[in-house]
Amino acid sequence: MMEFKTFVFYVLSAIMLVAAMRVITARNPVHAVLFLVLSFFTAAGLWMLLEAEFLAIVLIMVYVGAVMVLFLFVVMMLDIDIERLRHRFWSYLPLGAMIGLLMVAEMALVLSGKYFSTEVLPGQSMPAGYSNTKELGHLLFTEYVYPFELASVILLVGIIAAIMLTLRQRKDSKYQYPLEQLAVKRNDRVRLVKMPSNKEPSAGQGEQSS
Amino acid sequence: MLNNFVTPDLFPVIPEIFLLTMACVILLVDAFIGNGKRWITSFLTLLTLIGCALITYLTMDGQVVLTFSNMFVDDLLADFLKLMLYLSMIVVVIYSRDWLAARQLDKGEYYLLVLFATLGMMVMISAAHFLSIYLGLELMSLSLYALVALDRDSPKATEAAMKYFILGALASGLLLYGMSMVYGATGTLEIGGVAQALHLGVANKTVLVFGLVFIVSGIAFKLGAVPFHMWVPDVYQGAPTPITLLIASAPKLAAFAMALRMLVYGLFELAEHWQQMLLILAVLSIALGNLAAIAQTNIKRMLAYSTISHMGFMLLGLMSGTVGADRHFALNAYSSAMYYSVAYVLMSAGAFGVILLLSRAGYDAEHLEDFKGLNQRSPWFAAVMLAIMFSMAGVPFFVGFFAKFSVLLAAVDAGHIAVAVFAVMFSLIGAFYYLRVVKLMYFDAPVDAAPIVASPDMRFLLSLNGAAVALFGIFPDALMSLCTYALLRSL
Repeated sequence: MMEFKTFVFYVLSAIMLVAAMRVITARNPVHAVLFLVLSFFTAAGLWMLLEAEFLAIVLIMVYVGAVMVLFLFVVMMLDIDIERLRHRFWSYLPLGAMIGLLMVAEMALVLSGKYFSTEVLPGQSMPAGYSNTKELGHLLFTEYVYPFELASVILLVGIIAAIMLTLRQRKDSKYQYPLEQLAVKRNDRVRLVKMPSNKEPSAGQGEQSS
Repeated sequence: MLNNFVTPDLFPVIPEIFLLTMACVILLVDAFIGNGKRWITSFLTLLTLIGCALITYLTMDGQVVLTFSNMFVDDLLADFLKLMLYLSMIVVVIYSRDWLAARQLDKGEYYLLVLFATLGMMVMISAAHFLSIYLGLELMSLSLYALVALDRDSPKATEAAMKYFILGALASGLLLYGMSMVYGATGTLEIGGVAQALHLGVANKTVLVFGLVFIVSGIAFKLGAVPFHMWVPDVYQGAPTPITLLIASAPKLAAFAMALRMLVYGLFELAEHWQQMLLILAVLSIALGNLAAIAQTNIKRMLAYSTISHMGFMLLGLMSGTVGADRHFALNAYSSAMYYSVAYVLMSAGAFGVILLLSRAGYDAEHLEDFKGLNQRSPWFAAVMLAIMFSMAGVPFFVGFFAKFSVLLAAVDAGHIAVAVFAVMFSLIGAFYYLRVVKLMYFDAPVDAAPIVASPDMRFLLSLNGAAVALFGIFPDALMSLCTYALLRSL
């Protein structure tokens, strides 16, 4: 009889692998994004099993909640012709698959060694009431305050770069200036023209006050 | 965990804090001044860099000080490289100003991103932790990606930025993966801690070497060494010339520091492994860089291939540190590599400076023909370019000659005689394309007779740059002994 946790692990892993596979094989880009969301969700579940609840929550909040939703918007707005993008897919597949498999095999040789096996890794579970989030918070603001600050500077650079690349003062767009609209005087808008009364008025040319 | 936390000593970090504070101030100032008063931003940027240089110089005491839980190190090596970094950034800002202003590209963001890139490089130079190396690298790279796309309406620049960004992200991924392996094997990311774990022999060597492969790939990408060089020619050619100047100068110092910190300070016990990897990278870079540069007609692209070969030479110095267990030559080898990076930055800044000088509104002097008859148009700047080209080719009594010489000497000392001969052969081949520029300048009639206009400070600085290339060639000892001394006090 399998332990319940192991059972959950296998179920989540299976869902994640299938979802990840579908991300790259789905024909519809929106479906691919949704499958990516699914695989993130199940990955968060796996982290929960590892008692890394903070990472799991952050993954859901940041990736699923913010990044992927944004991504979904972009994918929906862009008209991506996925068939055109992958029309050379099959001709490149054999070579790509061969190189990929070779690299996976090589990496597996190293990583499947005894060094990373589950027997060696510490498996102790923390007492009830132990807060992963609190520990991370302590570390982040003490030992790791330098990288934490650097990360914030990187985000600032991201903001500056994004604004630089997208903010455009268009010459052809029309703006309203409420201040000028309010301050307008009658003389700014209306011009009174004196016309001699005996002359025949020609159609459409006469200027007049409103 | 909380009990052994020591409040960080902020004294060694003052240059970084000053730069960050000033960058935020400039961000606000620039938001409130109009487009016509961009000189204020430019002036403040220069002032900030000069201020940093003063602070670094005045707080330099030759002690190795670790702070921020051993994540930041302040030693003589860091101080020396940072001073060089400020200098090259000042040069970049002054060379670029007129070019950018003529194309309405002198936005406030340019100066801000330059400052943030500087901060990233300072973090890399002073890193004592794999995490700070990575974050510094990202800070620098993100600023550079955005700067390459500075000219949004140019499809070439956008393409270059895209390539740079995607390949750079891939390289960062490789680097991080390698770091995670190092962490898995040693249980720490502190560079000193990694070195200690390796020294005690408690770490799994297979996993470490596996991680090392990824770390070396990441470094090779940032340096632009073959076979991770694909982005270099496209980015150099596609980016606006001032940005090419920026990418071709200071980041090489930071990448050198990064390689030194990770490989020599952290993974020195694995030297026999990474020296072989660097050897392959160096040999391929020298060969491909010099051969491919011959075929180029665009001088920015030509200089990109020349960068690849120069980085090959630099790696040659870096890989000559030890022979077996003999560390006798280590100091010489690493200081030759450091000397090479500094000399390269000097030459590269000058070469792109001349390109910027010859450009004007709506016209870029980026083809070899644009250099035709430069001697008749401006004998003085033709002489500056001559000095730089001779120096890059490795003609004696220019700074590039001594840089190549010391690297080759280190390689021969380490027993790599065949490699040294190979490098000399290829730098002879490389001399062809450098001398071609000299021939075009002196023996061909000018195609373009427009007068050369430049602000006096740029003329002065460019002249100084050319003079430095020549003077450090006549008196190579000054710079060389500075490099050796800085390394000696920091290793």
